[in-house]
Amino acid sequence: MIDFQFHNPSSLDEALELLDRHGDDARLIAGGTALVLQMKQRFAQPEHVIGLRGLARNDGLGDLDETGSSVRIGALCTLRRMEDSQLLRQRIPMLADTVSRVATRRIRSMATLGGALVNGDPNQDPPPALIALDATVEFTSSAGTRSCPVEDIFVDYYETDVRPGEVLTAVQVPVPGEDASAAYLKFLPRTADDYATVSVAAVVSRNADNTCRDARIALGAAGTTPVRARAAEDVLRGQELTEDAFRAAADTVPDAVDPLDDFRGSADYKREMAGVFVRRALAQAISTAPSPSGRGLR
Amino acid sequence: MMVKLRVNGVEREADVPSSRLLIDFLRYDLGLTGSKEGCGVGVCGACTVLVDGELFASCITLAVAVEGAEVTTIEGIAGEGRLHPVQQAFIDHGGFQCGICTPGQIVAAKALLDVNPDPTEGDIRHWMMGNLCRCTGYYGIINSVAAAARNSGASQ
Repeated sequence: MIDFQFHNPSSLDEALELLDRHGDDARLIAGGTALVLQMKQRFAQPEHVIGLRGLARNDGLGDLDETGSSVRIGALCTLRRMEDSQLLRQRIPMLADTVSRVATRRIRSMATLGGALVNGDPNQDPPPALIALDATVEFTSSAGTRSCPVEDIFVDYYETDVRPGEVLTAVQVPVPGEDASAAYLKFLPRTADDYATVSVAAVVSRNADNTCRDARIALGAAGTTPVRARAAEDVLRGQELTEDAFRAAADTVPDAVDPLDDFRGSADYKREMAGVFVRRALAQAISTAPSPSGRGLR
Repeated sequence: MMVKLRVNGVEREADVPSSRLLIDFLRYDLGLTGSKEGCGVGVCGACTVLVDGELFASCITLAVAVEGAEVTTIEGIAGEGRLHPVQQAFIDHGGFQCGICTPGQIVAAKALLDVNPDPTEGDIRHWMMGNLCRCTGYYGIINSVAAAARNSGASQ
C-alpha cells in the first residue's frame, strides 16, 4: 500500500473543510472494508485519507432513530448496529434481515451503511433493499445539504453520483405501511458469507381485496448497478396477488437485468435466476406478516 | 506518524508509516504475534481482534484509523494465572489442531459469549461463520464454544 497523509477530523465541519481543500486527492474512510482492500491492491492511491471515526462519536452520524414515519440512519451506523437494533427489527424487519446477512459478523461490525452505498458495488445487499423500501440519502457539503432517492446515486460499476465536497451523512427509510410486506432473498450457491449470485428485494402493498396496490422490486448482482425491475412492478399493480401474477411479473425480469459473467455464475444463468428469485421473493413477501407499523414502540 | 492505542489494557504507541495495518502494528511494532494474517482480505478470521469491543479484521484495518481505540488481542483474553473459559474449552474439546486459526476463533467466541452468554448451536454457527479452519473441522470448535458457554454459566 502506498503511504498517504491521514487526517482525523473530530467534526463534520472539519471533515468538509478537508474535503474542500484536498478535492479528488482525498478519500473518506469509515469502516474501511472496501477502501483498504482497494488501497492494498492499488486500485485506489489517495494522497489524503480522511478518517470519519470521530464523527460517529461527536456528530451522531452513527445513530439510528425514528423520525415521524421513517427511520433515519446515520451514514456511519455499522451494519452490526442495524442488525442488533430493536427499533429497526420492529419497524423495518426486512432491512434488519438484509444487513444481518451481509458477509460475516466481523465485517458487519466494521462496515457502515454510508460506505455500503457510496462504494457503488452492485453486488452489495443494502442497496437493493433500500431502493425497494424507497429510501432517500442525504448528502452534506460546505454549501448545504441535498437529498435524493437511493436509486439515483448509482451511475455505473463502482461509480456513484457523489459530488465534489459532499459527504453522505444519513439515510432516511420510510416505515412501510400496514398493508405492505417485504422480503429480501439472496441466492448463495457457494458459501453463506459470499456475495449473492443474484439478490432480490421486494416490497408489496395490497388492497383489501388482495390486489396489488403498489410494488417495488430491486435486484443486486444483476448489472453494473443495482437494478429496479420496473416492468415487473407494472405487471403486478392492480393484479390479484397470486402465484400466476408473480410468475407473469418474474417473466419480465430476464430482459430487465444485465448481469456480468463471473465465478458466481454466467450472465445467462444469473439472468434466469433473477426471474426465479423475483418470483420467490414476491411469494415470500406476501407470506410474511404485515409490517408492524403503528404498533409497538409508539 | 505516531499511532497510540490501548492494547490489552496498556497504552502502546509506535512511529509507523500511515499505511501500517493493524495486524502488522500488533505483530511487528508491538511484538504481539498471537494474531495471525491468513487471507489478508478480511474473509478468513485469523486476524480477528476486538476494537472498542467490536470484532474487527485487523488485516484490513489501518492502525491510524483506529487511533485511541481499545484493542483486545488473544494475548489479552486470559485472566491472571488462568485461562479464559473459551481457551480452556478449546483445549478440553479438541477445538484446534494446527492452531493458526485458533487466536481468531477464540477472540470471536469470546465476543459471542460477551453479548449472548447462552447461545444455541445455530447462534454459534451463524456467529463463527467468519472464522475458517482448514484442519480440525468445525464440530470441535462448535462443541468448544458451547462448552465454554456452559462453563461460564456454571461459574457465575
